[in-house]
Amino acid sequence: MSKELIRLGDVSMVFDGEPVLDHIDLTINDHEFLTLLGPSGCGKTTTLRIIGGFQTPTSGDVYFDGQRINDLPPYRRKINTVFQKYALFPHLDVYDNIAFGLRVSKLPERSVDKRVMEILEIVSLRGFQNREVTSLSGGQQQRVAIARALVNQPKVLLLDEPLGALDMRLRKDMQNELKRIQQALEITFIYVTHDQEEALAMSDTVVVMDKGCIQQIGSPVSIYNEPKNAFVADFIGESNILDGVMREDFLVEFFGHRYRCLDKGFGKNEPVDVVIRPEDVDIIAPAENVLCGTVTNVIFKGTFYDTFVDVQGFTWLIQTTEFCPVGTRFGIQLDPDAIHVMKKSKYSEQFGDYSSYSDEYDELEADPEGGADEE
Amino acid sequence: MKRFSKIFTVIVFVFLYLPMLVLAAASFNKGSDVGAFTGFTFQQYGALFKDHTLLPLLRNSIITAVLAAVISTILGTMAAVGIFNMNKRPKAIAMAITNVPMTNPDIVTGVSLALLFAFAGTLMRKNGVMGFWTLLIAHITFDMPYVILSVMPKLTQMDPDLQEAALDLGCTPIQAFFRVVIHEIMPGILSGALMAFTMSLDDFVISYFVYGPNFVTLPVEIYNYTKKPLQPKIYALFTLLFLVILALMVIMNLLQNRDNLRRQAGRGRGRA
Repeated sequence: MSKELIRLGDVSMVFDGEPVLDHIDLTINDHEFLTLLGPSGCGKTTTLRIIGGFQTPTSGDVYFDGQRINDLPPYRRKINTVFQKYALFPHLDVYDNIAFGLRVSKLPERSVDKRVMEILEIVSLRGFQNREVTSLSGGQQQRVAIARALVNQPKVLLLDEPLGALDMRLRKDMQNELKRIQQALEITFIYVTHDQEEALAMSDTVVVMDKGCIQQIGSPVSIYNEPKNAFVADFIGESNILDGVMREDFLVEFFGHRYRCLDKGFGKNEPVDVVIRPEDVDIIAPAENVLCGTVTNVIFKGTFYDTFVDVQGFTWLIQTTEFCPVGTRFGIQLDPDAIHVMKKSKYSEQFGDYSSYSDEYDELEADPEGGADEE
Repeated sequence: MKRFSKIFTVIVFVFLYLPMLVLAAASFNKGSDVGAFTGFTFQQYGALFKDHTLLPLLRNSIITAVLAAVISTILGTMAAVGIFNMNKRPKAIAMAITNVPMTNPDIVTGVSLALLFAFAGTLMRKNGVMGFWTLLIAHITFDMPYVILSVMPKLTQMDPDLQEAALDLGCTPIQAFFRVVIHEIMPGILSGALMAFTMSLDDFVISYFVYGPNFVTLPVEIYNYTKKPLQPKIYALFTLLFLVILALMVIMNLLQNRDNLRRQAGRGRGRA
């Protein structure tokens, strides 16, 4: 299971003098579902293209099964790709699209037929073999693209934001389906997305990237629960990121209150970032020695309310199941496991306050467009 | 205002097509005087197909045009692909160089080609280099920019992922071209070839400087005819040529339309 398959060693990439990847080290294991996650322009697509052989890194090495493959062209790699906009061949029908790779490798037509029919079954497209690809819906084209890549039985499948163009419902279905296919065929998947929910739902390992650097590598749970810095905490899920001071092991202070926590190993009185997830806050009655705040805005989200709370001039996001109208004053209670302490980083002052929440929300909405143009 | 623009359009078309109409009418005229239409006849067409000087000339023209079109289409498509894959600056320079021969006056191109051939002939110590080969080379030369210009937009419109997808599925770059790219740019190749064919077929100015006495094309010989009174069967020949070129142009437009429709359909459904 944990045999190393692909390794990037100190890989850097520079386009027109602009650094796109900055000394990346990454190991990908056999049969792993690994996701490269990050905002547009973070270098995730470039990383994928280097693995696929469409780009040669400016410096550093790429290994596949122990062999250095920097100069191996894409057509010699046991790797296939599902492209962002599918890139189906418009002059061929579904069957011929899927059979393309097998025919290039001169497989006898009888075996081609068998393999194409099998893979059509796997991607739930039986009966579609004679359809023109231009007559298919986005979701169906997506399946053809996956089938066309998988039919070659690659060791690794690269997927570049494959669900980006699909609507919400279809995305969820395809997420489950991709995970099912990956487990059934036992192939390594390297998946690129800017959608953190997608990354958490599907991956064995998530690689969070920003500005050409890897910020954190870990399982979805560890990345969510123990983000390494303010960028990861902000990018994965919602977080309140506060300025704090580590008074001693297992004791952190912020907003003039001291809290028990589970973190240790920091220097005495070291300034730190404190992450508190909106769902981990308990609301209690306001009292003398309890951190208190006043509700400034409430948004109904179906299963819970996004409640924005002003605490000493800093806006928190708290997810509550009960409705607290604007103006309510309440106390904030935090259990030790609700608090996650991180070392200060260059991202420290950029994230955390929810006073500009609506603006941030618009940015997120606009992001898929930006992601599509990524080099 | 609307009425005026309609009338204006009609006037423009009359100006454009009236000469052709006069020619066509003359080709069906019984008498040989262009000034008076004395009766309708196919006689001139009959005479044309029995003519033993005009038909070989037409054959020469068609041979030259077909060969020049085929060769310039192959070379031009290769050139277009090469230029397309260049970096931004060299690409702009290459395209500018491609465009110059098209705007260059034909007479300048013709004279310079003639000088070049004469020079090459002297180097090879050969007399009378002008002939079929010089004519063909000249035609390929002036056809090629048209092919490049009609293939290039198709390459630009093509989804660049298609070529990468082909490489990804095991094609070498050459295989990727023949299995995928060529299908995408075929409308451009075809319209380039048609354009090259028509340019070659009716070229007079450049041909006049590089042809040899053993291989004369129709436009060149007809120029020599104009020194004497024109025979009416030449009107018939021109009318037929006009119709052939017209048909080719219509085919070219239909091909382009179909391609645009296909593209739109593919895009529309792909998004859904």
